Order: sequence, then structure tokens, then C-alpha cells
Amino acid sequence: MEFSTPAGPNPIDTGRVVTKPVDRIDGPLKVSGRATYAYEYHDEFPNAAYGFVLGSAIPKGYIEAIDAREAEAMPGVLLVLTHNNTPKQNGSGQHNSPQLQGPGIKQAEQAIALVVAESFEQARAAARAIRVRYARAKTGHYDLAAVKDASRPVPKSPDSKVGEFDRAFADAPVKLDVTYTTPDQSHAMMEPHASVARWDGDKLTVYTANQMIHWAVDGISGTLGIPASKVRVQSAFVGGGFGSKLFLYADPILAAVAAKRLGRPVKVALTRPQIFNHTNHRPATIQHIRIGAAPDGKIVAIGHDAFSGNQEGGEAEEAANQTKLLYGGENRLIRTRLSELNLPKGGAMRAPGEAVGLLALECAMDELAEKTGIDPVELRIRNDIQYDPAKGPDRPFSSRKLVECMRVGAERFGWNRRDPKPASVRDGRWLVGMGVASGIRDNLVMPSGARVSVDREGVLTIETQMTDIGTGSYTILGQVGAEMMGLPIEKVRVRLGDSDFPKSSGSGGSWGANSASAGVYAACEGLRDEIAKKAGFNSRDVTFADGHVSAAGRSRSLAEIAGQDGVAFTGEVKFGKLDDTYAQASFAAHFCEVAVDWATAEIRVRRLLSVCAAGRIINPKTSRNQCFGGMTMGVGAALMEEQVVDGRFGYFVNHDLAEYQVPVHADIPDLDVVFLDEIDDKSSWIKAKGVGELGICGVGAAVANAVYNATGIRIRDYPLTLDKLLPGLPEMPRQS
Amino acid sequence: MRAFTYERAASPAEAAAAVARTRGAKFIAGGTNLLDLMKLEIETPTHLVDVNRIGLDGIEGTPDGGLRIGALVRNTALAADARVRKDYAVLSRALLAGASGQLRNKATTAGNLLQRTRCPYFYDPARPCNKREPGSGCSALEGFSRNLAVIGTSGACIATHPSDMAVAMRVLDATIETVSPDGATRSIPIAEFHRLPGDTPEVETALRPAELITAVTLPKPLGGRHVYRKVRDRASYAFATVSVAAVIGGDGRNRFAFGGLAHKPWRVEAAEAESGRGADAVADGVLAGATPTRENAFKLPLLRRTLAATLAA
Repeated sequence: MEFSTPAGPNPIDTGRVVTKPVDRIDGPLKVSGRATYAYEYHDEFPNAAYGFVLGSAIPKGYIEAIDAREAEAMPGVLLVLTHNNTPKQNGSGQHNSPQLQGPGIKQAEQAIALVVAESFEQARAAARAIRVRYARAKTGHYDLAAVKDASRPVPKSPDSKVGEFDRAFADAPVKLDVTYTTPDQSHAMMEPHASVARWDGDKLTVYTANQMIHWAVDGISGTLGIPASKVRVQSAFVGGGFGSKLFLYADPILAAVAAKRLGRPVKVALTRPQIFNHTNHRPATIQHIRIGAAPDGKIVAIGHDAFSGNQEGGEAEEAANQTKLLYGGENRLIRTRLSELNLPKGGAMRAPGEAVGLLALECAMDELAEKTGIDPVELRIRNDIQYDPAKGPDRPFSSRKLVECMRVGAERFGWNRRDPKPASVRDGRWLVGMGVASGIRDNLVMPSGARVSVDREGVLTIETQMTDIGTGSYTILGQVGAEMMGLPIEKVRVRLGDSDFPKSSGSGGSWGANSASAGVYAACEGLRDEIAKKAGFNSRDVTFADGHVSAAGRSRSLAEIAGQDGVAFTGEVKFGKLDDTYAQASFAAHFCEVAVDWATAEIRVRRLLSVCAAGRIINPKTSRNQCFGGMTMGVGAALMEEQVVDGRFGYFVNHDLAEYQVPVHADIPDLDVVFLDEIDDKSSWIKAKGVGELGICGVGAAVANAVYNATGIRIRDYPLTLDKLLPGLPEMPRQS
Repeated sequence: MRAFTYERAASPAEAAAAVARTRGAKFIAGGTNLLDLMKLEIETPTHLVDVNRIGLDGIEGTPDGGLRIGALVRNTALAADARVRKDYAVLSRALLAGASGQLRNKATTAGNLLQRTRCPYFYDPARPCNKREPGSGCSALEGFSRNLAVIGTSGACIATHPSDMAVAMRVLDATIETVSPDGATRSIPIAEFHRLPGDTPEVETALRPAELITAVTLPKPLGGRHVYRKVRDRASYAFATVSVAAVIGGDGRNRFAFGGLAHKPWRVEAAEAESGRGADAVADGVLAGATPTRENAFKLPLLRRTLAATLAA
């Protein structure tokens, strides 16, 4: 089914199961340890061997010599793969990930060998015994600031020019011209990248931790040069991804190569220290923001230049994107620039673009508020715009409740208690402040399919490649199926993450909930027709409720109609071009209160509120949970997360969870989330939009703005660690 | 991880003898640090002697009114001990500021003293590190040193000692008791237990080969106000950026020891006498001769401010 016109009334509007805070249907499995993650398939692979990846110690150059003789002779070692004995692979496909294809080194921790042994520790010990002689390239770039001036435009992200920015900015009564930087960040999800591969003849099965099953199939089959039909990928449970598991790294490819060579299953997991350099990360940015405004705060000119770096062929971090849509202003200049770096490859991480773009833009707005003397909430309301500023009123937002988010949030948070004069509130040893920021995240959609069936017990089974990366996919797809078929949630089974099922949107870009739900909707529409037909109801005017289908006073149970053979339907949603007619995004207002220790500059978040407008909320419980995660990650981005570049070695030096700090429980206060009532009929039949990434978008800026309000110190280089605040704190009183 | 052999000792003397018998042997107690280091092959013992069942897990009073803490008393038990909480509160507070509940349940008193540095280059076998591989060079001197030492450093090493507990032990003037393979015992004042890096950063303590810590003894209670103030980027589960262990007043003087500054718990007794002239006067003495890097120079003003706030509180 194609979704190309706004959705009319449909069974989802019933709201009997959808919109209810249904507990995670996979929750009991998870809390009892029975949800099986990729590396945990033991019974299925009783004779699995263990692979350990050896990563490159240099960031750029080539291997002059690699000697694995000692390793090969060590106890339990079955195989050592290096570029000298690994079959040729194909690197041309978008999702391909060739490994061990030559002596060349493109990044630190690039796989240079795989040791396979009877046990993990034997493989790891043998990997350390491989002798490598490197020839490191004399050149290499690791510092974004140093290569910023050599940056180039990005074809995928053309400059957005509206009106005459330069003139309007020059003439503006109030001007703000600031540069913010954000560091490289790591996904740091709980479950490491891991795969198990097994061959049955020419058929390959890979259990792996992956967000996008069909991309994984394409990438594995493409890399290995075998038909996609011969590759089965399974990712039933994924312990977090945040974008890191959109792509393939050494584990599935080398597990498959080694399993083929050995004729037995091979498991490969990346260790935590490897992940920070071997896999991708969110690239650092330098963001130059210029805003010209009238004295009343109305923006007349807005410019945002976002610089980032990546390896040759890598993508830019499009940190200026949200500035195209968030605020009005007749003169606009928004540019994305990319430089070449030899750091580990950059890639998507939770809300690529907006997550770091808003760290800059929303602090710049706070600065503008102070310059104009207008309250930060009011400033954002004054600059709200209900259509795409570049396209004009002909491209309105499908739904946009940023102003409502701001108003509801300000009321609930007690924003009126904020003293606009920085550094004026003390609570014992704490300097206390409040900050606000807007959040916006593009609403992306992807085609998505599902197979739905009802059996003789009247149980609905939903099967789709869609993944649940901790988000709640199992539950919400179950809710959509239950709603469509008139069943209680207990009568629904959901099976995910298997390439034998119909292709789905997968989990990424916050498109999963809405798109995959729409796919289940489409499949259920077909199933409803099939059941109505089998029931002998020729009318489309049938009702599905209480496990029965009814029409014209007649009613039959689904179980009876399904009978011995059951009834099934496979359907799919494809999205038309509504995006051309309507700008689509989700919106939020974030409010934060922080306390800063006046002696040590330690920053502790006291309160955090997010008010979100994200279309229909399919499940307020899992959605809230998504927001909690995003808000926590936003606090991390503001206060602590940074992959530290050591340019001498060309890598991220803090590569474990002790040194790459993310917030712990003690850093996070009670979080408050409010979802505004919103139905977006241009988004899909579900009328929902993405939530998972909205939760992070703007949160960090609210934290930073609160720190400014608490201290009067504006830090423009994230993260806001205490060493950066210390010089600006007032002198300690001298006591005797 | 390298393959190793394992045995379980039944008494302290037997444990020390067992380690002495086998070249490359090490004691293992809680294993919270050693196992991590073995996985990375930073530690490569050939043989492990498990000391978890040799007794030494009690806390008892000493004849002079102090407290004798068995080497195997877990951090959780030590922090919760009523006598520690009453008379040595700085120790209890320091323990609870460290690691996580799970780690404290396993980590032992002796093992905590023997924690190795968390310098990221020490933890990365692909990079030079004089502590891990003597003579290979120090990557931290010109590298990521934000959380490393500012005082007592050498051209060979700027690592810090990561323990919170040891800082409290230092301010309390604890004594470390040991037994050697020949059965001989000795007592080492904590001031002499941990070493500065000098030219041999791989040598971290005064322990001799196969010498086993049996207990840590605290002198009789000092009284006074006990403070452990740990400053860090996140609120928990992070090593100290700087920390202050203080016993204020009590027997008429103030005592301060500091974490996050040096290769050992840092204490300058002479500076304590300056307390009457204010925190800055103390800090002047504590930080005399500091040689921070550009990245960690902020620790000096941070220490001053933290100390001032501790005194003023």
C-alpha cells in the first residue's frame, strides 16, 4: 500500500490498545536473561570456535610484514587470517565492509588479523603474539580545526540560501556572531558488536547485533560475493545501537570467512576498547553561527556553517540542517563543509545533525535572548514559523507544536521563577540556574513490510525484519496488530529481526516506530480483507473486536475462520511524496535546572523536563523510556562525553567506559516527560512520528544554558567540564 | 589473557611461600583490577595464588585503642563497620566514594592499596609506557594528561594512584603489616608504602617479592571532623580529579591527604601546621614543586578551592 495522501479515520484511531502504556511484551524475557543476544547463541552452535580481531596500532600507512607463526603454534589456535590468506571481497556496495584485503591501513584499530581458537582467551592471547611491522604514513590529519580551512562543500547537502544574508546580517540592529565546537562522541551502547556465523553448504547464517537487517544482508552478501538469497541474518535482540549498528564491521564478515575456512561456526565479538576506534562515531564539529535580529528579537538573518571531518568517502555531520527549519527569518545562509581526516570513520549517531547542531544553535539563541533582553522562551515563540522558511507557505509543516511545547513546559517547570540575571541564585554551596532549548528532529519514513497471520487459536503472529534495539518495537508493533485485528495484546506474538521475514524500515533515524507500524497496518488491512472474505462477508464494512469479525449482525471468531491452516497476509507500506508538500518534523521544548558547585565547578543536573510533540504516541511508556535515554545522552553530550584525539597516534585515546564517560544514575535526576496531544495524518496511517532521537535534540543546550544562567560563564566548547568553568568562577573568600 | 596455573592457599605464610616458589606468580584476592589487567596482558602472571581463604577477613581492636583491618576485609564491609563509621569516618566516606557497589563487594583492603594507575596509556598495550614496559617512554607527558599527576612526577611517569581508600589511610597514618615467604613479618608506615615514580615507575610499593599484606592497622582514633571530598566530572563511578581527605580538629591539629595529585596519596605534614593561616597557606605547602602539564594545570586552583571549601564547611 502506498501512503500518498493524508490518512483518514481508521482502526488505529480507536485507541483501545494503541496509545495505551502497555508493558513491554519482551520484558519478562529480558529481565530473566532469556532474551538471547547475538553472542549468546550457545546451544545452536555447540562446536563454535572463537575469533579475536587484532586491530592496527597505526592510523595510516601499510603493513610491511605480519608474522603469525608464533600465534599459529599457540594452544587451541585453529586459524589466523591476515591479508595474506583472506579471500578477495567486494567493497563497492553501500553496506559492504571488506576486511583484511591488503596491507593498507586507513584507520587505527582497522582489523589486520583474526585469530580463531577453541576458546576466546586462547584467541586473544594468540592475537598478542602476532608480530607486525608497520610503515606509518608520514602525513595524516587528526585535528579538525587544522583542516577546517581546506574543507569542501558536500554535494548531498547543498548550500541553502534565502534572501540576502550578508546584507541583512550587516544591517541588523542586533548581531550575534559565535563559534561553537562539539567533540567526537561514541555510541557507547551496552551490547558490544558481536556475530556468530555458520555455513550449511552454500548457505550462510549470521546472528549479529544489527539495526537494519536488509542492509546487513546486502552488506554481507555483497562483501563475500554470494547471492543475498544465500544469507540469513538474525538479530532478535539488540542491546542498544544508536546508529553504531546500522553498519557492518569486522565481526560478521570475518566470522563468516573463518567459519567457511574451518567448516564450523565461528563467533566474533569486538572488545569494549576496540569498539571506540574500530567502529564509527559521531564526528566532531565546528559551527559558526551568525544571527541578525530586530530589537524585538525577530530574526532577520540567520547563518549556520557546520564543519566536520571524515575519512575519504565518508559523510559530513550535517549539524546545520535543523537551522533550515527551526526558526523564521527572511535571509538565510546554511552551509555544510567537510574536510578529510584520518581518524576512525565517522557515522550516524542518535539524531545525526540535530543532536550536535542544536548544541550550538540553541545556545546561540540563548545568547541572542540575553542580547535583546527578551526571555528565552518568548524569543523562541516570536521566531516560530509554521512553514518551511525556504519554500514559503506552500510547504507548511504537517504539524508543529513548538510554541505549545514551550508554553506547557514553562508552566510545568516554573520557568517564571528563573532569574534572568546570571549567577544570582545561590543554594548553599551551589550556584543554581535554569535553561531552555528547542528540539526538532526530521521525521523520516522508510518502506516497511510485515507478514501477519492468525492461527486456529485466534492468535495473531506478526513477522517482520524490523529490529528492537531496546526501543520497544516488539510491543508497539504488537499493539498496532492488536488494534487492527480487534485482539487483546496477549493474543499477539511478534517475531523480529530475521531476514526470512519481510523487509522492514529497520531501526534508524527515528523512522522505525512510525514506518514499521505502518507496515504492520498495511499487512493487517490485507489480513482483514482475507478474513472478511473467508467469513463470507462481502462488505468492507466489517468490525474486528473481541477476537471476532462482525458485519450486518453476524459475527464469527477469528480462530474459527483461521481454521487448521490459518490465514496470513504479507503487506508493505511505501511512502509517496507527501514530504514535498509538507515539512515533517517532531518538536520539543526542554527545560533544565542545574547546580554548579561554586568551589569546584562540578555541574549536577537537578531537574530536566522535555515536552514533546511527536504525533500520536503509540505507547506512552516505551516512548517515555526513549525520551529518558535521549535526555540522559543529552546530559552526557553537554557535560562529559568526548572522544579525546591523540594526534600523535591518530586515534581516540580514551577508549573504555572508565575514560569515555557517560552519565551514571547519580548524574540523572528524576526526568519529566510530557507528550502533547498531536495527530499527524501526513506521517502515516498511524499518524505518529519519531521519538527516539527527539529526546536528545536540544537537551544538551538546555543544560548548557542553565549552566550559563547559574554561573554567567558561557562555554562554547563542549563538553562543559569543570576545568573550563573554573577560571570564570568567583574568587574563594580568604579566611583565616 | 595468557594461560596461567592456579592454586588456593590455606594460610598467609603458605601463600607467600607459594608465590615465592613459582617465577611470575601473583596473589589474587578480589581480582577487580588484576583480572582486567590480565585480559589486556598488562599483567601476565604465570601462576595465581588465591588468598581468599586464608582468614585475614576480620576487623579487631588493637591494644593501644586502634583498629586492625584484615587484608581481605572487603571494601563494603570495611565501609559499613560501626567502629570505622564512628571513629574513622573519613575512611568509610572514601571507600563509598570509590568504584561501584558491585566492585566494593569484591575488592579487598590490601588489593585496594595495590591498585594500579588508570593512565590511559598504561592501559593501551600498543603505546609506549614506562610503567608497563620500562624504558619504552611515557606517552602521557605530551599526551592526554588531563586527569594525571601534577606533583611528585618524573620525566618517566606522570601516573596517579587511583585509590580513594588509600588517601584516607594516609591521613589516618595507617600501617601496613606483611608476611614474607620465610615467615618474617614487618610493619610499613603508609607514608613509606607507596613510592613516587622516579626512574622506576614500574616499582610502585615498598613490598618485596612474594611479600603478602596481612593487615592494615589504624592508630587510636583522632577525633575531629572527618571529610572526604572527591571532585570528579560525573557524580559517581569515576576516579578522582582531585580529592581531599581531612581530619579537622580532634587532637588539636588538622590533617590533610590528597588524591588525584600524585603517584601516591599526597600528604605534606609541614603544610598542615599552616592551617591557621587559611587554606591557601596549606595549599602553598602541599603544592610546592608541582609540575603540571598544560592539560592538568587546572588541578592546582581546583585543589586550592576544594581545600578552602572543605575547611570552610
